[in-house]
Amino acid sequence: MSSPTTTPRRRHVLDLDDWSADELRSLLTIAAQMKDILARPVKQVPTLRGKIVVNMFWEDSTRTRSSFELAAKALSANVLSLGAKDTSVKKGESLVDTVRTVQALGADYIVMRHGQSGAPYLVAQHFRGSVINGGDGRHAHPSQALLDLFTMHERLGELADKKVVIVGDILHSRVARSNLWALTTMGAKVVVCGPPTLIGPAKYWQSTWPKVEISHSLDHAAEGADVLMALRLQHERMEGGLLPSLREYSRRFGLNATRVASANSNVIVMHPGPMNEGVEIMPDVATGPHSVIETQITNGVAMRMALFYYLATGSEQV
Amino acid sequence: MSRIVIKNGCIIDPARKTATVGDLVLENNRVREVIELAMAPDSYGDDVEFIDASGCFVTPGFIDIHTHLREPGFEGKETIATGMDAAVRGGYTTICPMPNTNPALDSAPLIRQQFDIAARHGPIHVLPIGAVTLGREGKVLAPLIELAEAGAHGFSDDGSPVWDAHIMRQALLYSKMTGRPVMNHCEDLSIVRGAPMNEGAVATRLGLSGWPAAGEEVMIARDIALAEETGGRLHICHVSTAGGVELIRAAKARGVRVTAEVTPHHLTMTDRWVLGNMEPWDGKGPYDPSQLAPYDTRTRVSPPLRASEDVAALIAGLRDGTIDAVATDHAPHTHVDKECEYGFAAPGYTGLELALPMVLTLVQTMQIDIVELIARMTIGPAAIIDVLPISLGPDDPATLTIFDPAALWRVTPESLASKGKNTPLMGQEMRGQVMLTMLEGQIVFRREQFGEASRREHGGAVGKLSGVFDEEE
Repeated sequence: MSSPTTTPRRRHVLDLDDWSADELRSLLTIAAQMKDILARPVKQVPTLRGKIVVNMFWEDSTRTRSSFELAAKALSANVLSLGAKDTSVKKGESLVDTVRTVQALGADYIVMRHGQSGAPYLVAQHFRGSVINGGDGRHAHPSQALLDLFTMHERLGELADKKVVIVGDILHSRVARSNLWALTTMGAKVVVCGPPTLIGPAKYWQSTWPKVEISHSLDHAAEGADVLMALRLQHERMEGGLLPSLREYSRRFGLNATRVASANSNVIVMHPGPMNEGVEIMPDVATGPHSVIETQITNGVAMRMALFYYLATGSEQV
Repeated sequence: MSRIVIKNGCIIDPARKTATVGDLVLENNRVREVIELAMAPDSYGDDVEFIDASGCFVTPGFIDIHTHLREPGFEGKETIATGMDAAVRGGYTTICPMPNTNPALDSAPLIRQQFDIAARHGPIHVLPIGAVTLGREGKVLAPLIELAEAGAHGFSDDGSPVWDAHIMRQALLYSKMTGRPVMNHCEDLSIVRGAPMNEGAVATRLGLSGWPAAGEEVMIARDIALAEETGGRLHICHVSTAGGVELIRAAKARGVRVTAEVTPHHLTMTDRWVLGNMEPWDGKGPYDPSQLAPYDTRTRVSPPLRASEDVAALIAGLRDGTIDAVATDHAPHTHVDKECEYGFAAPGYTGLELALPMVLTLVQTMQIDIVELIARMTIGPAAIIDVLPISLGPDDPATLTIFDPAALWRVTPESLASKGKNTPLMGQEMRGQVMLTMLEGQIVFRREQFGEASRREHGGAVGKLSGVFDEEE
């Protein structure tokens, strides 16, 4: 039963706060092997045969849910996907009640997305199986950060001292937070960029991530960057007085060809999707030679397979 | 004629700023005299009941000007009766229930009902706070004179701020006819926007929206300006920020009629508690927050736990008198109210039975003098609701609390009489415990057989020096 592994086996993936560089590298290794499996004519292995994976998405998400679903199926799991319409929040059923129900149905894994930060921790306290956080509020989106890391690593190799610029609505972004953990652990130099209303005081970030740089000018931040990652701008941000207009945002923080040109010559352009083309990223950049946005999607399935595999076996030996 | 002698305690009389080790002699439900240990007679004669208070403090009964008793409307959380039981076990002989009940306490009959229910249950003082506005909606003033005549000791829409500055100004003006304070819960809703925790490094890490200090301070500043202009009596509920303390300090120096309270949790805990076991405990503060899971909803409270600089400023404010009173903001909730996502959880802690050991940690760490601390739990709040004098001098009513500052006990659901078990301190070891509470000569709470054992050993009297030189623990 015991498999060679350097870290204690995890039961849940709720965040990346306490993941070491070694453990992150293990995931990159597994994901690369999973990617090979996905390139085969028969894209399936029996790792999770007979196991039940329940996707519970209290917030709509086409791509993350599909990605987890395909990943679980490629590992031969039985998959049940529940969307926001199916979960009974509207009926007044509590989160804990729902978890107990899914448990009684025999679930081994819960993959969840929820609008409230911290919700997966509550679920983990009431579920006997494993919980994978597919995004909670503004807090964490570990599988996204891992697939981003995988994609960067594929293109750039070791990330130590690489300059990674994350631009957009940092304050409300779970993608930014999980990337900050993964990237700083791997030694990358991270710059988060956006207007002060979408970041907040620098000291609040630097207290947790001491080396993170805060920038309010993408023109400056993009210079010499190895990675330019744009985040989706939620339209409702304008209503809260956080932004005056999309036009003004796009002019100062949109990822355009000029800004890409000021970065390193082999810079990669990333976006977790779905994109507002013409707002945070220009169409020519999104589909241009530096873009790895489609690769991120492909790598997402491999990385999510790797996460299931890692939880199931505690091993990087596939 | 009944006589009780409370022997060998440290008798604190905050009105006189004295701490006397010796005997407190009670006669006919009043204090007859305080006798220093060296002057204590060998015998008090026959027909005397002794209470051995060796190693304990004897103080006037505590007064809590900010209590949520939830009745009528939310009896699943607490009732007036269970709240009173919790109060006496926490050493409180006067509590002021806040009017955020359903219906809100916005009419004289509802105020009178509070007295009626309390009188049926027990002997401690329950002095309700009336609503400032009808239904606590912040739109139309409640009949403040009628409320005061019915016995309301102050006015508050607590739970919510009096958000409309014009209404607040009218309340401060109109309430002058009653002599009672307007007690505001200072939260600028347009800034705070429902944020469940303090804005800062922890909220940023956890991805929870933050309630910035300014969300409290802009309303304190506004209210001080209104009080200064109108001459009305303003009381700031549960100040939680360093900036808030500074605003109150400056206003008091200018002679503005403003008072303030602080809760035990804002004096002893920080927003780091919301991280739970995400980080190991750094040893700061009296209790270990890493015993909780991250996002434990029992840490949610309004206003939220703040930064360590705020805690330091609150303690300094309590010490120098900028803050007049410790108030529990006892906010009992059911298990269901808390078993949910952090952003949906009901804010507030059960507080009456934990307040004393929590604030005693400030004495243990030499951050405040015990006499000053007791003053903020007795004469400080008494002045705000106008129930002075409070003292343990000759002929004062025998309304008092005896507590053992060294007693160790663990917080469990069973250890609390309140229906509210909602505290982030569940499971923690506390130092300091109320042993006996007396209201006008009647023992309203006695822990086990506290103070009785030594009667046998000394033929009715406690040895003169027992508990003074021979105490190990």
